Amino acid sequence: MDTVIELTDVAKTFTRRRRQSRSLLRTRTTVHAVNGLSFTVGAGEVVGYLGPNGAGKSTTVKMLTGILVPSSGRIRVAGLEPIRQRTRLARQVGVVFGQRTTLWWDLPLRDSFQLIRHLYRIEPARYARNLDHMVDLLELGSLLDVPVRQLSLGQRMRGDLAAALLHDPAILYLDEPTIGLDVVSKAAIRQFLQDRNRDQGTTILLTTHDLGDVERLCDRVMVIDHGRLAFDGSLSELRALVPVPRVLVVDLAAAAPPMAGVQVVRVDGPRQWVEIPAGSSAAALTARLMAAYDVRDLSVEEPSIEDVVHRLYAGPPGRPDPADRATTPRTSGSAVPAR
Amino acid sequence: MADAVRAYCLLAWTWTRALAQYPASLTMLTVSQLVVTGIDAIVILFIFEHTPTYAGFSLPEVMFLYGTSGVSFAIADATIGSVERLGRHIRAGTFDVILLRPASALVQVAADQFSPRRLGKLVQAAVVLGVALATMDVDWTVGRIAIVPVMILSGTFIFGALWVLGATYQFLAGEAAEVMNAATYGGNFVTQYPLNILGRDAIRALTWVIPLAFVNWLPALYILDQPDPLDLPAPVRFAAPLVALLLCVIAALVWRTGVRHYRSTGS
Repeated sequence: MDTVIELTDVAKTFTRRRRQSRSLLRTRTTVHAVNGLSFTVGAGEVVGYLGPNGAGKSTTVKMLTGILVPSSGRIRVAGLEPIRQRTRLARQVGVVFGQRTTLWWDLPLRDSFQLIRHLYRIEPARYARNLDHMVDLLELGSLLDVPVRQLSLGQRMRGDLAAALLHDPAILYLDEPTIGLDVVSKAAIRQFLQDRNRDQGTTILLTTHDLGDVERLCDRVMVIDHGRLAFDGSLSELRALVPVPRVLVVDLAAAAPPMAGVQVVRVDGPRQWVEIPAGSSAAALTARLMAAYDVRDLSVEEPSIEDVVHRLYAGPPGRPDPADRATTPRTSGSAVPAR
Repeated sequence: MADAVRAYCLLAWTWTRALAQYPASLTMLTVSQLVVTGIDAIVILFIFEHTPTYAGFSLPEVMFLYGTSGVSFAIADATIGSVERLGRHIRAGTFDVILLRPASALVQVAADQFSPRRLGKLVQAAVVLGVALATMDVDWTVGRIAIVPVMILSGTFIFGALWVLGATYQFLAGEAAEVMNAATYGGNFVTQYPLNILGRDAIRALTWVIPLAFVNWLPALYILDQPDPLDLPAPVRFAAPLVALLLCVIAALVWRTGVRHYRSTGS
């Protein structure tokens, strides 16, 4: 497998000048957004790039695309140096920011696509074929003549996705691609990305808060925190390393004290949250509770990415010692050795 | 370079076409631009109501200075004036998107929201310049004729470079459009009239610090055969292209440094 993304000991520091209250003097603080980050991504991989807000995810993607200059370290993407060869690299890369559009706000979708065709020098035949394909798959037909600012979030996201892929990029960066979308749109976009990876071998680096995205798409998960890689492996390895139990939400007929014989984590009137022990099935637990209590409704809550990631840093419950987690290498064959 | 021109034309054409979907609006904006700037030019006529010469310059000669400055400024404004919106691009995060595309960032910012309406000012300045050229009492040698397009072109590049330099300042200080306006819009204003209405120190500053004197004043002294209040050596009157080139190189280097120090916004 060829390496397409390679970071070696990359750091990015920002200096912030802040004026103190009641003082004209400004103090300088140095923020290490990314600190000694090294990893490689092979061609055709789909990698989930996770971490809490402010962990350095966006900063990494911006360095990989040549938007930000790294303070130190070496970056190679598709054999190019992002900062010095930014425009050459741009032709091989597609980017979708969930929070903002890469389309021209005031232009109709069709004009944006045309501009992209010329800027990326896409041959007419290939452009026509790709556009047809996107319009078909992402159901853009009726939207082509609508200015981007009038599109709904889901429509705009589909437009952005098409725009990012018209030039057949080898690498696709997705930053929260399903944020704010309904279930149907989410499913459509995930399916589309999966097909793209399978059919064209597109390498995908995905930042997301949505566990569904990761479960559905990613063979590999990297977790970054405080600018460092904290975990690198598969999602199941991550879950094994940091078991976060699923939770059964039980609605009883009336408010009651916590149910006996199970681990109740929260009570709110007639509703109770029950931990499903690792390794046991929701069905068995449900059957037990239904036999003993007057249960009106049930649902299962999957742990969110935040829960998993949060636990990775907080350490298992009952051992919340920050000094301990700082020195304990999170080894399991897949976790990144402490630097 | 060819790539940059191509990308610029492409973006400008797309914006023009988008605006052309509202032809009435575009026409009215262009006409209003023409009227407003037209009133500006009439001020010259009022000045000469009371005096036959102004600071030693006749009416057609002042119109010549006004026209050359105006044409240079209008071309620079229409083509690259949009860079003053750099601060807005940085705050809105659209500069990130600009850097993702395979085209020069400067070209993309300059061509953004391109509107032919800004050429309204060009029409007005060109009319004033045309009248001046037709009525000026000048011994038109080949050299003098050749200097006219050269000075307009040099002036355009000087204004353009000042626009870029001013915009680059916004990489450091988020909202600094006003600082830049002093050099561009202010520069247009100050070069519309003979510089010798200013003190000698002011002229020196406009020659050596912000080289606006090269936009039209120094070349015009040669064409109009007027004395130089600073008594600079004669070759300085022909240095405009060199100054323009130098300023453009500086602007390009400063822009590049600015982009390298771009910090992006959190997202």
